[in-house]
Amino acid sequence: MGRVRTIARRSFLIGSAAIVGGVAFGAYFVTRPTPNPLLGDLGEGEAALTPFVKITPDGITLIVPRADVGQGIASTQAMLIAEELDIDPSTATLDPGQPHPAYFNGTVAADGLSFPGWDEGFVAETVRDLMMNVARLSGSQFTGGSSSTADLHETLRRAGATARETLKAAAAARTGLSSADLRTENGHVVLPDGTLIAYTELAAEAAATEPVTDVALRPASDWTRLGKPYQRLDIVAKSTGTQSYGIDVAFPGMLHAAVRANPGRGGSMASYSPDAALAMQGVRSVVEVDEGLAVIADNTWFAFKAAEALQVDWLPPDYPASSAEMWQALSDAHADEFRNSRLRDDGDVEAALNGATVIEAEYRAPFLAHAALEPLSATVLVEDDSVTIWTATQVPHVVRDAVADVTGIEAGNVILHALPAGGSFGRRLDHDYVVQAIQIAASMPGRPIKTTWSREEDMTHDFPRPLHMARGRGTVADGRVLACDLDTISPSLVGSWFGRVFIVPPGPDAMLVWGAFDQPYAIPNYRVTGYAAPPMMPVGSWRSPGACSNTFFHESFLSELIHAAGADPLEERLRLIDHADSRRVLEAVGEMSNWAGADIGPERGRGIAFAYTHGVPVAEVIDVTMTDRGLRIDEVWIAADCGTVFDPVNAEAQLTGAAIFGLGHAMNCELTYENHAVQQTNFDAFEGMRLHQTPRFHTQLLGLAERVRGLGEPATAPAAPALADAIFAATGQRLREMPFNRSVDFA
Amino acid sequence: MLLTVNGNSHDVDLPSDMPLLWVLRDGLNVTSVKYGCGIAQCGACTVHIGGDAVRSCQVTLGDVWGDVTTLEGLGTPDALHVIQAAWIEHQVAQCGYCQSGQIMQAADLLARIPEPSDDDIDAAMSGNLCRCGTYPRIRAAVHSAARAMREA
Repeated sequence: MGRVRTIARRSFLIGSAAIVGGVAFGAYFVTRPTPNPLLGDLGEGEAALTPFVKITPDGITLIVPRADVGQGIASTQAMLIAEELDIDPSTATLDPGQPHPAYFNGTVAADGLSFPGWDEGFVAETVRDLMMNVARLSGSQFTGGSSSTADLHETLRRAGATARETLKAAAAARTGLSSADLRTENGHVVLPDGTLIAYTELAAEAAATEPVTDVALRPASDWTRLGKPYQRLDIVAKSTGTQSYGIDVAFPGMLHAAVRANPGRGGSMASYSPDAALAMQGVRSVVEVDEGLAVIADNTWFAFKAAEALQVDWLPPDYPASSAEMWQALSDAHADEFRNSRLRDDGDVEAALNGATVIEAEYRAPFLAHAALEPLSATVLVEDDSVTIWTATQVPHVVRDAVADVTGIEAGNVILHALPAGGSFGRRLDHDYVVQAIQIAASMPGRPIKTTWSREEDMTHDFPRPLHMARGRGTVADGRVLACDLDTISPSLVGSWFGRVFIVPPGPDAMLVWGAFDQPYAIPNYRVTGYAAPPMMPVGSWRSPGACSNTFFHESFLSELIHAAGADPLEERLRLIDHADSRRVLEAVGEMSNWAGADIGPERGRGIAFAYTHGVPVAEVIDVTMTDRGLRIDEVWIAADCGTVFDPVNAEAQLTGAAIFGLGHAMNCELTYENHAVQQTNFDAFEGMRLHQTPRFHTQLLGLAERVRGLGEPATAPAAPALADAIFAATGQRLREMPFNRSVDFA
Repeated sequence: MLLTVNGNSHDVDLPSDMPLLWVLRDGLNVTSVKYGCGIAQCGACTVHIGGDAVRSCQVTLGDVWGDVTTLEGLGTPDALHVIQAAWIEHQVAQCGYCQSGQIMQAADLLARIPEPSDDDIDAAMSGNLCRCGTYPRIRAAVHSAARAMREA
């Protein structure tokens, strides 16, 4: 019988982040003299001209610190540097670098606020600047919130330009010419007589040259790569099976581990027996880890089988045990004492509803798993005074800082090999799987051990999208929407996730009402109130958190009001929206889909939805057909505006991929609970969209918005309400609860 | 136990009831073959045995009835198979984790039906999950590869 312990909530991260921040204050602009994380590792004759560009006699390395979880950001980052550096990025090595405050993400912090993204007023902008500084102070290196391009596009171009001008200065010093007489092309400085000097030849001299930081960025009209179709730098590897993911790491002598955690997340162990597992072939040991036990074995399959054979008496966590009880808890939290925010309160809703014909509706969105196709994994080698980690993560600084807590080995002696992920959708914003892998490897120092979660562990120990409900009241008059009052109720995502990886920001939980309070509608009487239900199981960020549920509630209720008013769904939205960028995407999707003129025929329906998330307005129109085999989605039109598009081929992939993600989960995915345990343990019960269900897509990016924003998430949120609206048009049935296959069959 | 993978013969000292998926990945370090579900629901582990697409998570080592081909055996970065070239031309992959299985499934389809309709593609490819939603480009790439193979 093994030792028994209680599993404590982890709280060390806040402290360690603050310490890092104290050291790092204010120093990390590329354009200023900076402590450059690359300088410490340089060999003789090697130059790190900015934190993002390293040049040695052997080649050029571009540091691309945002994690590529499939969204293609590694390539985009490289292309942004390459545009100014004048190199072919496919000839460079891409390296995510080590976690460092130089790579902080300010945008994701500034976005997590109680101001709509379209609010460019003084207060909103001032607080955004403040949050940027908090991120800089704490060295927060998140990849998330569709923020990478928005946050880095200027920094990376500036890094490329600084490196280029410094190389030119080195060439000028060597030749006695003026920098102004030199130009650059394809990895070379070109002298006036046409002589080429390779950047790599200039590495040693450039290292001794003061970086030239006073550089002007090239205008878009001069770009040769950005904004034009180009090939993702990982596309050959990903089409030939040669891309190595975290789960593919292998070393001679490496051992393999599997985890068996409490089916009720957050519960503890009363007792366990490792004997049956230890008696199995290829099993080396059984180790206690956070949330349960792990088996170390000679291969993954031995470890999986032995983990199943562990005998454990689990103790339940202290939140409601079943989905029915959880929904009841949510419903009970629709009360004043749970009121968390009222970030939208225009006109006088109560007066408008008083005596009017009130339209009421309740909507529900279930818990959802991230279920990236690559199950979570991490490989760790613990040695006397150092720890090496190979894994995919969206929070490298958090992973690095976790090592000290588990092993006592300082963050400075941690090497993190950040690898591409086989999907994430927000799951790798948490690092629980890496903590377990560190605990496992620490039990056998000197041996690299790869920990792989089974699909069943991955599904049942997610930090899922929280369940979420909303209640709407509204009224219409003279063919117009007159009042809309939306109460949205969910356990606090900010309280759960931010508490695990960062700090819980002060003030209301804006994510609880993202996609609702921050929509650019000018409804005369308009109110959005957030209610934070008591915590249940820990929850996480799921592709467009908050908005992935709230947009369904908000747009569906607006559709009901517009229908009651007898107005046209597109025309009434256009009339109500008070934001030029948003109006334009609605007008565009109307033109693309021939909204006004279409006669789409019998047994069919057309729906529309709009959302403003992550600074990007997106409008989607969907056509469906009722067939003998069930409902079929035929066509999807998407118009969006993320400002300048750097990477058009990938941008289109993000729009369609995000919409498919939104549609597939709305069609047929939910996590339900019995006795605290997730009932859907694999893809047989959590399918998403499959190829035969995939509609034809028509997309347009307007490129007119002033600010550059990202596209990983924005097309997700409008997909579900647009589909529900189309189903209503085809069948007369309002679907107010996801997944929709509770009510209709899909072909 | 003797196992032929991509034309190379291996003497494998692993249990006969071990799934081919794990024999390939952990035993032979053939990592294009991906673990996604272990229950034949996602298709990420698809390989060919004797030319037919199968889910390697469902075939035990002892039951392997022919030569095994994985994506590494179909083509390489320096010598792309025409289907891989189509996947690159259409920039199909996002995270890329499912694409080994997708391409192996597509190779099986095109060997049986050189000129597949959309319905043929739906029928053959719907067992392969893609969580990133690359399906529209998979469809386009299969048609493109079919054309290229007919013209070759």
